[in-house]
Parts: sequence; C-alpha cells; structure tokens
Amino acid sequence: MSGPLLEVRNLSTHYVSARGTRVTRAVDDVTLTLEAGATLGIVGESGSGKTTLALSLLRVLPPAGRIVSGEISFEGEDLLRKSNAEMRRIRGKRIAMILQDPMASLNPLFTVGDQVAEPIRVHDGASRRSAWSRAQELLKAVRIAAPETRVREYPHQLSGGMRQRIVGAIAISCEPRLLIADEPTTSLDLTIQAQYLNLLRDLQRAHHLALIFITHNLGIVAKMCDQVAVMYGGRLVESGPVARIYNAPAHPYTRALLESIPRLGDSRTRLTAIDGQPPDPAALPGGCAFHPRCPKVMDRCRAEAPPEFSVANAHTSRCWLSG
Amino acid sequence: MKGYILRRLGYSLVSLFLLSVTIFLFVRVTGDPAVLLVEPGASKDDLEMIRQQFGLDQPLPVQYGSFITSLLRGDFGQSFYYRTPVLELYLSRLPHSLLLAGAAMVFSLVVGIPTGIIAAVRVNRWWDSVGKIFALLGLSMPSFWVGLLMILFFSVYLGWLPSSGSGTLLHLVMPAIALGWVFAAAHMRLTRSSMLEVLGSEYVKLARLKGLPEALVISKHAFKNALIPVLTLAGINLVIMVNVAVVVETVFAWPGVGRLLYEGIAFRDFPVVQATVLLGGAMIVIVNLLVDILYAVIDPRIRY
Repeated sequence: MSGPLLEVRNLSTHYVSARGTRVTRAVDDVTLTLEAGATLGIVGESGSGKTTLALSLLRVLPPAGRIVSGEISFEGEDLLRKSNAEMRRIRGKRIAMILQDPMASLNPLFTVGDQVAEPIRVHDGASRRSAWSRAQELLKAVRIAAPETRVREYPHQLSGGMRQRIVGAIAISCEPRLLIADEPTTSLDLTIQAQYLNLLRDLQRAHHLALIFITHNLGIVAKMCDQVAVMYGGRLVESGPVARIYNAPAHPYTRALLESIPRLGDSRTRLTAIDGQPPDPAALPGGCAFHPRCPKVMDRCRAEAPPEFSVANAHTSRCWLSG
Repeated sequence: MKGYILRRLGYSLVSLFLLSVTIFLFVRVTGDPAVLLVEPGASKDDLEMIRQQFGLDQPLPVQYGSFITSLLRGDFGQSFYYRTPVLELYLSRLPHSLLLAGAAMVFSLVVGIPTGIIAAVRVNRWWDSVGKIFALLGLSMPSFWVGLLMILFFSVYLGWLPSSGSGTLLHLVMPAIALGWVFAAAHMRLTRSSMLEVLGSEYVKLARLKGLPEALVISKHAFKNALIPVLTLAGINLVIMVNVAVVVETVFAWPGVGRLLYEGIAFRDFPVVQATVLLGGAMIVIVNLLVDILYAVIDPRIRY
C-alpha cells in the first residue's frame, strides 16, 4: 500500500462543559504518522490527553468531547468524514482498542465466549456456532488453557491477567490493521505484565498489526515500540524513533522523564523527579504548557507556544531551544 | 445456597415476631372496641360482658400469649365486627388486592422503564427534561388526589369509566393508574440513574469499541445490567402496592385488603388489624427473600 496506515494532522479535541462556558483542550494540534505493522508509543502523565487522542481516532468520545479540527486519515480514508454507521463498521473490524482495566471492560452478565464472538457475528455476519468456535480458537491464540471450558465461563471466574488476554482476543477477533492499547498492563502484576507484552508482540507479528501503545512507562516503550510520541498538556511535545529520543532527547520534558526512570546498578546519579504538578488540562498555562516546570525556561516560553521544529529526520520537538 | 436460604428464613421469623408484638400493642392504643360494638346507652355490665367474650379483660401478656398460640395453629381469630374467621375475610379480599396491584405494577413498569431508558440515553436533552417533570409530578401528587382528579374527569365529565366498585376491567383502570402512578415515577427514576451508571461503564465503552450498533449496546449490554436494581425495587413494590392501597381502595370503593384494614381500624376490630398487618409483613419478608434468590439466578457473580 502506498502511504502510511494512519496519518493524523493537526487534530484538536476539546471537552465543552454543559453550558458551553468551559472548554478543555484535551488534545491540541496533534500530528502523527504510523506505518503498517509499526509500533508507536504515546507517553505522558495522567491528564496529558493520551486517552482522548486514542478515543478521537475511533470517534467514541464521551458526550462532552468534540473533535474541533484536524484530519484523521486511515488507509487513505478520512475518518472524520465518515457517517456514524460507517464508523461503526471500522471499530472493532479495522481498528480495535484494548482498555486499561480488564476487571471492568468485560460485561459481568455474559459469558466469555459470547463477548469474544460478538464482533465476529456483527462484522462478519458469522452464525452463532461458527463465531463460537472461532472464539475458542482466539482464546487459544491468546494462550488461555482449556478454551473449550473457558468460553462458557463468566468474567468473574477468571483472573485479571486472563481477562486482559480475553480483551486482547476480542481486539484481534476481526483481524484489525491497527490495535490501540491504552495502558493495557497498568493494573496487572509485573510478571503478568511481561507475559502480556510478549503476547501482544507475538500477535502483532502474526497478524501484521500496527500498534499504538499508550503508557506512562518509558521502559515498556523502549521494549515495545519503534516510534515514540511524548504528550504534555494535550500537545505532542516530542516525537521520533525510540532509539534517537532515548539517546538524544530534544525537549526538556522528555529529558526529565528519562532522568526519572530508576536504573538498576547505577548508584552514582540521583533519581530526579520533575518539579511541580502536572498541569490542570482545564487551565493550561499560556505559552509553552511546560514552562512553569521547565529548568531551561526563557521569557519567550511564557509568551508564545513553540511550533513543531524538526530536529532531525522524523524527529520533531516543540521547544524554542530546538528551533 | 441452601444454608443461605435457611439463615435468611431465620432472620425473617425474628422480624415477624417483632412485628407481631408491635402491632399487638399499637392496635390496643386505638381505644376500647367494646364501646363501638354495643348500642348507645348500654350498661357497664354489657360492656364488661363483651370485653370478657373477646378476652380483652385479661392482662396484656396473657392476651398476647393466646393470640400467638392460636396464630401458630393457623388461627387468626374471629372478627369482632363480622363475627367470622379473620383469615376467611382476608382471603376473600386478597384476590382483589392482587389484581389491583398486578395491574398497577404492569402500568408502572410499562410507563417507567421505557421513559427511564429514553431519559438516560438522551440525558440532559428534551426527553430527559420531560421525564424529570413526569417523575416530579408522579412523586409529589398523592394517589388519592390523582384518583379524585381522574374520577372528576373520566367519570363525571366524560362518563367513560365507572367511578367506583369492581367487577369489570373498566373498574380496574382508574384505581390501577392511581396506585401505579407514584411507582411509575419511582421506576422511571431508578431506571434512568441505573442506565446512566451502566452507560458510563468500561464494558459499554468496549461494546461500542467493538463496533456494535448502538441499539444492541443499549438493549443488550446496558439494559440487562441496569435492570437488576429495577427488578429488586419492583418486586418489593408489588408487595407494598398490595399493602398500601388503603387510600386508593377507599377512594374507589375497591374491595381489597386495604379497605379491610381501613374498616378494621375504624371499628377497632383488633384481630382484623393484627392479621392484615402481619400477613402484609409476611408478604414483604417473603418477597425480599425471593428477590434475593432471583438475583442469584440472573447474576452469575452472586453465589452464597
């Protein structure tokens, strides 16, 4: 296929309060590109707009959310011009998403098999019987033992790790081209986390999936991703190839994030925390949103938000120092 | 499950015992029934004879003892006024009450659940506001007043429906609506809030992310979960309807248990009041138990 799988250009999503008086710029002027089969990590603190960005791609925002401008091009089609019915045929079929909390994302009143078979029946029009046997294969694919008995069980009978694998099985059930995983391992034990990440990587290879991995864990990004995009206050402050950004971060925020990762066996440097609080998305500081916490703040940062500067090939940074 | 049911049964018996003591004492606060049963100007001896006849001259613990021992044999005593066994009286009125409560329940669910769902799906929009006004009216208009308004409109002005009595389906319409009105509003409010909670859940979000049609998201993933609290309330309300229909049954001269209780209180007919209240209490206790068991059937997570 010519061109990238997903191209997001200048996307802005706002939350508007019931009376329209308060506007929160959850996603502000975000541009990113993803090639087929590639993995993009989106990193940021809570409230930085990561999840809103993901939900915007699928247009499943909460009622107050509005995509106010921009373009989302997926396999050459503009998703923002699609009707609701057309969008519905894309969700789960061509773009799938894994939510953060496996305990809450399965419906307690329906069996596992029913919930895994559901997208297959809706999108491919499969019969109940064939969808159920496909559901069993999918459970096997996500390495659940004894899938033939598990399909008839209810979510509460399964462990957190198993549930999250089932959510994974639902996500790949219709062979999507793009999988968005929103902090899929945050609520899992460390050992289960590693297992789950390996599973996601194997699934990605087997199905040639493009993966958007949303996390606040830079270690996971290093392990999983080719590209990384760092979000702060709704903006993409830095993006580029993982190796480049880890070795030569251009934005002070990225640098601070990297310095706040504990390293084993390294007792010489002190672990540094980022001063100050993450900004309130409803009341972002003017200029560059990071300026109140930035160690290299200049007068210009307070007055004017920096545009996206190209630091190197495919490496951009929104910082006056990069200009 | 069996142990759970037995344990719950034990608690239920304790509540019924406490209820029996309470009603036994409270009904005796209303006054001396003998005064109402003799002709005006009767002598002190006549009054004393009647008290003796009904055992009202005995000390309270003795009266309670004989009340409870005959109760355990299934004997609710004789009505002071009708001079017939209270249980017979009660059972002859019960079908009317059940019919009225059943019709009122159907009305309240048919009105309450769909409006609640629409209000939740169209939250803060036009339909939701209509629903809020409806709920406010429902909860603040007393049933006797709704009943009187309906009689005025449908019986007096339009002459479409009989104003009182029983026997035909037409007789049932107004009492059922008057009684079901408040409950329709209560069911609507609970359906709305329960739907809203479920619609905000992660599994409904995932259902949308799967690409399911919105109608299926609401009817399958949201509705079934939202129905659980509504069913509980409806089950308890059905029994409450049987037992609070006193006012509506009086307005429409509907020959149910509520009217019997009203008559019992008016005539100081102690056995009638005791039996009606205790049987009503027993019904509420049993329905609570049944609803809990029904929960376990609908919701696979509940295992005792």
